[in-house]
Amino acid sequence: MSKRKVKETHMPVGECISQVQMILRERFCHQRLPEKPVGMESQHKHLLELLRRTAVHGESNSVLIVGPRGSGKTMLLNCVLRELLEVKDVNKNVLPVHLNGLLQTDDRIALKEITRQLNLENVVGDKVFGSFAENLAFLLEALKKGDRSSSRPVLFILDEFDLFAHHKNQTLLYNLLDVSQSAQAPVAVIGLTCRLDVLELLEKRVKSRFSHRQIHLLSSLSFIQYLDNVRSQLSLPQDFPDTKFYDEWNDSIKTLCEDQSVVDVLQRHYNSSKDFRSLHLLLMLALSRVSASKPAIKPTDLLEASRVCMVDSKANILHGLSILELCLIIAMKHLNDIYEGEPFNFQMVHNEFKKFLQRKSHSIHNFDKPVVMKAFEHLQQLELIKSMDSSTAKIQKEYQLMKLLLDHSQIMEALQKYPQCPTDVKQWAMSAFG
Amino acid sequence: MVRYFTRLRVRRIYKWGGRPYIFDRKLKSYGFEYLNMSVEGQEAVTTVTPGQYILIEGNDDEYPFVAKLLKFFGDESHKQKKALVQWFLRLSEVPQNKKLLLGRSPHPQEIFYYLGRACDNEINAESILGTVQHVPEDTPFPEPGTKDTLYVKLSWDTKAFNVLDPVLMQDTPASTPPKPALPLFPPCASPTATPVSRGPVRRALPTPDPTVMRRAGSVSDTRATMSAGKRSTLEAESIHSASKLSASKILSAKRRGSAADTPGVRKKLQLSPGKKMTRADVLCELLDEEMESEKVISLKLSSSVSHSLQHGCSLSPMRSVCKTPNGQRRFPWKLSSISLDRLSPTGYTLSILDSGTTGIDRVITLQIECLDSYAFLSSQRATTPSRRKESAMAIREPALGVLAEEDSEDSPMQPIALTPRSKRKSAQLVSLRIRKQLNLLDNTQKLFSDGDDDCFVPSMKALQSSTDEEKSEEETVVRKTRGRNGKTSARTPCKTPSKKVCMVTPSTPRHATPSIPSRTVPARQPGNILDEARARLHVSSVPESLPCREQEFQDIYNFVESKVMDGTGGCMYISGVPGTGKTATIHEVIRCLQHASDMDEIPTFRFIEINGMKMTDPHQAYVQILQKLTDQKVTADHAAALLEKRFSNPAPKKETTVLLVDELDLLWTRKQNVMYNLFDWPTRRHARLVVLTIANTMDLPERIMINRVASRLGLTRMSFQPYSFKQLQQIITSRLNKVKAFEEDALQLVSRKVAALSGDARRCLDICRRATEICEHSASHPSSTGLVRMSHVMEALDEMFSSSYITAIGCASLQEQLFLRAVIAEFRRLGLEEATFQQVFVQHRALSRVEGLQPISVSEGLAVCQRLGACRLLLLEASRLDMLQRVRLNVSQDDVLYALKAVRD
Repeated sequence: MSKRKVKETHMPVGECISQVQMILRERFCHQRLPEKPVGMESQHKHLLELLRRTAVHGESNSVLIVGPRGSGKTMLLNCVLRELLEVKDVNKNVLPVHLNGLLQTDDRIALKEITRQLNLENVVGDKVFGSFAENLAFLLEALKKGDRSSSRPVLFILDEFDLFAHHKNQTLLYNLLDVSQSAQAPVAVIGLTCRLDVLELLEKRVKSRFSHRQIHLLSSLSFIQYLDNVRSQLSLPQDFPDTKFYDEWNDSIKTLCEDQSVVDVLQRHYNSSKDFRSLHLLLMLALSRVSASKPAIKPTDLLEASRVCMVDSKANILHGLSILELCLIIAMKHLNDIYEGEPFNFQMVHNEFKKFLQRKSHSIHNFDKPVVMKAFEHLQQLELIKSMDSSTAKIQKEYQLMKLLLDHSQIMEALQKYPQCPTDVKQWAMSAFG
Repeated sequence: MVRYFTRLRVRRIYKWGGRPYIFDRKLKSYGFEYLNMSVEGQEAVTTVTPGQYILIEGNDDEYPFVAKLLKFFGDESHKQKKALVQWFLRLSEVPQNKKLLLGRSPHPQEIFYYLGRACDNEINAESILGTVQHVPEDTPFPEPGTKDTLYVKLSWDTKAFNVLDPVLMQDTPASTPPKPALPLFPPCASPTATPVSRGPVRRALPTPDPTVMRRAGSVSDTRATMSAGKRSTLEAESIHSASKLSASKILSAKRRGSAADTPGVRKKLQLSPGKKMTRADVLCELLDEEMESEKVISLKLSSSVSHSLQHGCSLSPMRSVCKTPNGQRRFPWKLSSISLDRLSPTGYTLSILDSGTTGIDRVITLQIECLDSYAFLSSQRATTPSRRKESAMAIREPALGVLAEEDSEDSPMQPIALTPRSKRKSAQLVSLRIRKQLNLLDNTQKLFSDGDDDCFVPSMKALQSSTDEEKSEEETVVRKTRGRNGKTSARTPCKTPSKKVCMVTPSTPRHATPSIPSRTVPARQPGNILDEARARLHVSSVPESLPCREQEFQDIYNFVESKVMDGTGGCMYISGVPGTGKTATIHEVIRCLQHASDMDEIPTFRFIEINGMKMTDPHQAYVQILQKLTDQKVTADHAAALLEKRFSNPAPKKETTVLLVDELDLLWTRKQNVMYNLFDWPTRRHARLVVLTIANTMDLPERIMINRVASRLGLTRMSFQPYSFKQLQQIITSRLNKVKAFEEDALQLVSRKVAALSGDARRCLDICRRATEICEHSASHPSSTGLVRMSHVMEALDEMFSSSYITAIGCASLQEQLFLRAVIAEFRRLGLEEATFQQVFVQHRALSRVEGLQPISVSEGLAVCQRLGACRLLLLEASRLDMLQRVRLNVSQDDVLYALKAVRD
């Protein structure tokens, strides 16, 4: 009886938690667009006006949205499109065509994709018929036949715009931009890119046809705004079903954001990068530690998440090495010190290692050369060392020139944390010269 | 399947016939009565006389030129053979942009009386290919698919289509009595088919008699002896058809009425044998299908002509005759074929029904028609195996033939006047039902007197009794014929010519029309003055005139105009940086020239435009030119060959073609053959081609062209200078055209700025447009938008021209800024503009200690570095080099320092 009662009181919490997780995950995985894009109001207005004019007046336009990765280019565009399609007149009138430079790697594929999305008459089912040349001629003919007032505006959305500039002759870009500059079917060409020098990639004729409108998304977010943003991202929306849980959660988030250690962690993240992707990753990790038994994000969760985010990947690999491999790494470090970063080969490393064995080692006994070689090769496979010359086959393995892909600090840090590392090895590593 | 041009040319031998009858002392020319043509290696001789319609060798094998022969003449030596002709045009020869003037879809066999000038009507008689049938202007079109008859309805005077004046067609200078142009009949043809023997036979069979018909069927069984070969059947056919009287007018009228549903009819016919039919059903169906079957017949004829021919021959003895009220004889009643429904192995049915109650008053005569000398010629050519196409045509011709028939043997080329049939009270309907791929032909509807009606009843019964048995028979026949049909389908010429022209990839859905769906809500018109200004400033809006390029306009205009006037060819090379109005000026020139030619000031010409950027491969240029010239779709190699032929052979009534080649540099190939051809064609004597080429660089001919190409391009060059600020200002002002949206100073600022940078008019217009937007946004509320001021223009200029690097550095995160400083510090230390990540990272760590920041791990450092690299603030090597990748700055060090300083202050 009592057991049952307990269960009843706990059930809503569990449900609430799953609700919370669902809502927040949607936010963090970019599945739900925010109500309003934050911190980019002028850009939003500019883009919306531009597309609205294309959709309503049939005015052709071209625009580039430029900003570093994670700055919200796609989010902005999607917000604008959502808003645009809510307008009644526009809803049925525009034909959006989405292309991605990573998917449409050449003009042939891109043309097929455009034709398919426009559903022109040479599309049967999902297949586009005709050769590349025919497709191009067909599409151009179709666009040419349209005119400003009677045909539907086409919105060409080119994600990773810079990759389209690498297509042969930039045929696609030339033609799209040419249509946007001539009295044909109304089009809007919207390019998304993170390259600031994207205009320099365009061929001069293509560049001349581009209208040179660029919308820059460079966040000048201050840390205070960043913190506010974190709070709002973690807070539950007004329409959360359980008001009691809603209040509790939002209060806990508020206190979380005022905690000094949390602020430090966030400051560190803010210093590293201002984009929301990395922030979302951090918050996602923290969120995943929330459960029914622990129905709030605690500062320790965030600290742990931050530790996971910031961890050095190579240091992790070093922890898994054997003592022999670690010794080889130390020998390489000494060689780097002696020869100031010049490349080394296996023989040199082996000699250094043998010197250490003869002079200082008490705990490590001698290894056969093939065993050492094997360890060396393992390091190469882990890409902790990298061969310098490409013609590996011609030179004997022992004499191939190698370089160490580790920093001193990484090695020392790994040695500190290495479980049961022999002291003589540690000392060898710390001594100035081998 | 591309047709290559290696096949044999048929050599024709031309000889004057008759006596020279005109002797022009001044020109020393003789006139001749007729011309005998023969094909080498063949006996038959075709005679061509003035007044006939002839085909003249042209650019295109499939569509030779058509003309009416007016006069032959030659010189004393008889070596030169000339002819005066009146030209007719095919629709494909009408300029593309004028085709719409027709206002309806053209019939494939339609030709137009050519009234235009600027066209030599004197031709070399040795280019005559043969003669062709033609139907006068008042005859309706038959169903599409027929091939060897041409129809004149309208005349074309280079501006518009006019209804043809009948006087023009008849009142031709050379009115020598026309001679039959039929080929010589081979002796094997059945003598009963000749007109002489018609009379008695006809009288012998006034009404169909089952027994006689049975005999007729057995006669048809002997046809094997008749069909010795293709040629003989063809000729037999021609005899057969020559003996018939045409009612093609009525026939074609009916056909036109229901031409659209032909495929459906065919389907229906194929289905019908499977159905059980009662007697009444059959009757009804026959009545219903009566009209349709006419069309089907001709469809089927095309598929299996040889059968029809055989029947035609065998049946000819059984002709019936009938006297029409006005005394004209109508003979080709094929009543004999009624009995064939059972007897002939090909199993077709002819049903004769009493249609008196329906009141249908029709005469239907379907004829297999021959075959004048042209067809004959083709059939002979067909003997060369490689000329498959011609042979296909030759086979097809009889089937297609709804050729006009003579009403007297004397004038075989004259279409007859039809017998008045409206006076009939009742009509006999003779409906021919043809099953499946069996063909043939003569179905006649006869107009009998009332008394004759009775005579048909027994035959109906006979028909009915046979239907049931017939069904099973038919099905086997169907199967057989299908098999045969499948096999020979490659040879049946019912395909349109474009089909044989192969396409690179199979199955582009045919007749897909390229179009963007139209919008449901119409586009809104510009509301306020800024909207209006913006619309006018859009690059796409076509200005009333092009200011600032008057000199260039005049030069190009004069060049093209002189070439068009003289009928010669030439090349011109135009260079200039983007956005200086090259293409726009040429379009303007062409617009003016078109106008001039519409006003009859200069001869008509054709304008074609290709763009190197709008094709996937330089060789596509040929395809696009050919498609724009002739609407053909072929492969690049084939197109090159066709164009070569077109531009190198003389063609008497060729218009000048003006070809604009935009973005010439993209037509560069390693062997430069595309460019070579483009510049070589204008130099041909008969080409009449003016090539205007556009590229960006002034020295393109010297830089990328090999000598023989550059030499052909010639030295007619023009270069468009970038616009000066005054010109840019004038362009904007003229575009705005009194719409007062800009302050004067603002305009001047834009034009000066753009002129200083590039002189690109597009850029100038774009900046102005952006300025109007900024002006609109900055206004407190939409109604109070004033003029575009300096501040707005400045803002627009800033947006477009200022580099975003400095802002980007300013907005970068702290660690990113620190990394940039580390890069500079490392560069200073090394004295180089390049460092590895490892080196920079050491500096970075030191700097962050100085700044009092917690040092970041190597992984984080790499991430920071990659982020800067993705924005192209840094240039990085491939990231798999990890710590060893080299780092360079993409911005000047001063800019970085300036930006970082601004951040700190």
